[in-house]
Amino acid sequence: MKAVATTALALFGGAVWANPQPDQLNLTKGVTTWSGEPYFLNNVAFGVCVVIGIVVFGAMFISMFKFRKSRGAVAEKWTHNTKLEALWTGVPIIILIVLAKLATTGLVSFADTTGSEMTIKVTGYQWKWRYDYVDYQGKAVEKVGFMSKLDGRSDRTRQLGSGMDPGKVTVDGYNTYLLDVDHPLVLPINTKVRFVITGADVIHSWWVPALGWKMDAIPGVINSAWTNIKEPGVYRGQCAELCGQDHGFMPIVVKAVPKAEFEQWLATQQDEAKLLKASQTAQTAPAPKGQG
Amino acid sequence: MAHAAHDQHDLHDHEHHGPPKNFIERWVFSTNHKDIGTLYLVFALTMFFIGGSFAMVIRAELFKPGLQLVQPYFFNEMTTLHALVMIFGAIMPAFVGLANWMIPLMVGAPDMALPRMNNLSFWLMPFAFCVLLSTLFMPGGGPAGGWTMYPPLSLQGESIAYTVFAVHLMGISSIMGAINIIATILNMRAPGMDLLKMPVFVWSWLITAFLLIAVMPVLAGAVTMLLTDKYFGTNFFNAAGGGDPVLYQHIFWFFGHPEVYIMILPAFGIVSEIIPTFARKPIFGYKAMVFAIASIAFLSFIVWAHHMFAVGLPMGAEIFFMYATMLIAVPTGVKVFNWVTTMWGGSMTFETPMLFSIAFVILFTIGGFSGLMLALAPADFQYHDTYFVVAHFHYVLVTGAAFAIIAAAYYWIPKWSGNMYNETWGKIHFWSSVISVNVLFFPQHFLGLAGMPRRIPDYNVAFANFNMISSIGGFWFGASQLIFLGVVIHTVFFAKKKSPDRSWEGAKGLEWTVPSPAPFHTFAVPPVINDDELAHGHVDH
Ligand SMILES: [Cu+2]
Repeated sequence: MKAVATTALALFGGAVWANPQPDQLNLTKGVTTWSGEPYFLNNVAFGVCVVIGIVVFGAMFISMFKFRKSRGAVAEKWTHNTKLEALWTGVPIIILIVLAKLATTGLVSFADTTGSEMTIKVTGYQWKWRYDYVDYQGKAVEKVGFMSKLDGRSDRTRQLGSGMDPGKVTVDGYNTYLLDVDHPLVLPINTKVRFVITGADVIHSWWVPALGWKMDAIPGVINSAWTNIKEPGVYRGQCAELCGQDHGFMPIVVKAVPKAEFEQWLATQQDEAKLLKASQTAQTAPAPKGQG
Repeated sequence: MAHAAHDQHDLHDHEHHGPPKNFIERWVFSTNHKDIGTLYLVFALTMFFIGGSFAMVIRAELFKPGLQLVQPYFFNEMTTLHALVMIFGAIMPAFVGLANWMIPLMVGAPDMALPRMNNLSFWLMPFAFCVLLSTLFMPGGGPAGGWTMYPPLSLQGESIAYTVFAVHLMGISSIMGAINIIATILNMRAPGMDLLKMPVFVWSWLITAFLLIAVMPVLAGAVTMLLTDKYFGTNFFNAAGGGDPVLYQHIFWFFGHPEVYIMILPAFGIVSEIIPTFARKPIFGYKAMVFAIASIAFLSFIVWAHHMFAVGLPMGAEIFFMYATMLIAVPTGVKVFNWVTTMWGGSMTFETPMLFSIAFVILFTIGGFSGLMLALAPADFQYHDTYFVVAHFHYVLVTGAAFAIIAAAYYWIPKWSGNMYNETWGKIHFWSSVISVNVLFFPQHFLGLAGMPRRIPDYNVAFANFNMISSIGGFWFGASQLIFLGVVIHTVFFAKKKSPDRSWEGAKGLEWTVPSPAPFHTFAVPPVINDDELAHGHVDH
């Protein structure tokens, strides 16, 4: 395990952060080929809302100023204007069609999990995640999988009445309180990774904002999603579906590394798994047969 | 003929009947729509403060990072009960209370059509909430799986049977209330009060009542399946037994989305009464307003899965639910534009009910904007289950539904009590509320966009500033509502200033033709409708 930690540290030094920033006001653009879609839609829709807001609220404030009884305004009697009504039914429909078109494009590209080079199985537990590496570049990965749970420092700090300062839980100057884990999910960049996501006990939701989506982890259901990370870095997220008392304490950390480094890491993991299996077989072999 | 004479005598008798002198007889056995309306409103206000105190616990814990006050499980109980109490205990009963008081007065009926059932539907509510809130004092604690009660999580709780029983009682109460409202509106209108002359508030409640009858049984079914999964070995939602947890979400939201409109359509009705009164100009596009409410109600049945964009629906389903949801923006937009156009060219004054109504239009529209953004499925993959959603539905439910209810209280309290509330304190309440509510909820948009999930008791330091601002707004907003309580108590019991029959210069409609306070029995003889007295007496559009 120490070897993993050392390799990880060596591999990921100086990575790009794309995580919650203090006083952040907007969505992250994310770091994948797809994560720009929600960001773009968000900005376009927000812009549309601002424009409509200025028109509608502007009209309200003008009328509140102009048509005050205290300014001697006399109420008019009209209650109908067909042209105006057609306009404010028609214009929103056109805006909605444009937004729907943009959103549909994003949905279609998100739904396309074909052509993936790698599969990760994500399982949500109360209150940790499990990652299993299923295949990589068309070849099955043998026995690489691990649990990933809240790091010790955050866990000690978050206890009621711990008296510890959440501000002191940092990694490289970035506050990682409740956003750090013992074993991050390691992924290669520039690789289309398919996720199969499920839940072991209750429903969880796997969400890393920098990847641009969340997907529920539901017992008895296997959901799929994909990502293709462009930049190496450490990307942090959290469980997004209420899953019990420690729902707020099961973060997600993705470490994205260049392909060659990932392959090296994966090889190490596979070797370790083989060694572990060998030692277990050696231990169990002398046991007398016939009891099973 | 003797029979007719007897009837005459009865009517005559009633005209002079006051309320029973005995307290129990008057309030517990009441069949009078006004007294039952008052009971509903008092109950709703009580629940508003209980649910509000839960919200104060939530905002206090979220004041800064780290757990300071409560254990995470208790925090989850607070979020769950805050929602259940506010939705089923405060907002819905408040609207039913307003319906009870105002619908008979607005359509010229002597009372609700089914007065004894009216009594029962109210008195189920206190029992339902005693059952629900008693779980807080039991071993195992209260419900902590969220108000949506998603299995399998909700089935881990020990209080599910209490919660389900409470929901059943609330559901029965709502259904009976809805039947009563429909029966009253369709059968008890005074001669000449055509459907298309009815106040928009009455229309909004007629449509809401149909929504209630359609969806409350669906909720009852869903929670009953939870109960049998927990205690009787069924596997509706248990994957290991061949069930499907997602099935629950489909059933729940088939109820849940119309439920959202149950909590906003009567608010549309209220604001459509108040704005024309204080603009002294008839509502713009009466028929369009009614038609928009009906369209929104229809659409509410085919958009439920927009609450489930992250459960892994097939792409076709996501596209359908996204388009259907976006479509709701059209009738909602029509309503907002019509309110604004009603104000345009009017002769406006800004008494407290008008101030709350104007704030409603602006802030509800902001909630509508974030709703439109949430409707875009790929963007919702980011927004879903974050504080962006929390901000959205609080704009719709607090500055939407709750503001409309408060506006209605100020608007009609002179009719109910016969006294005029203190305008200065009303305005102080308004300004304090409208500023603090934005301090409370606006920063939550940013928190959600930056990546803070909802329903968490503790958070990363990056979210600290906006949470602190939000909490300050929360305490301030909570305290502001004590002003409201003070104004209501003062108006009812102590105010010296009497209200005339027509409490507002520009007010139209039958409710303003009866004395203030409205006598115990009104319209024992159907009123003769004079179209000029009505807000929509001459609808040709
Ligand atoms: Cu979880």
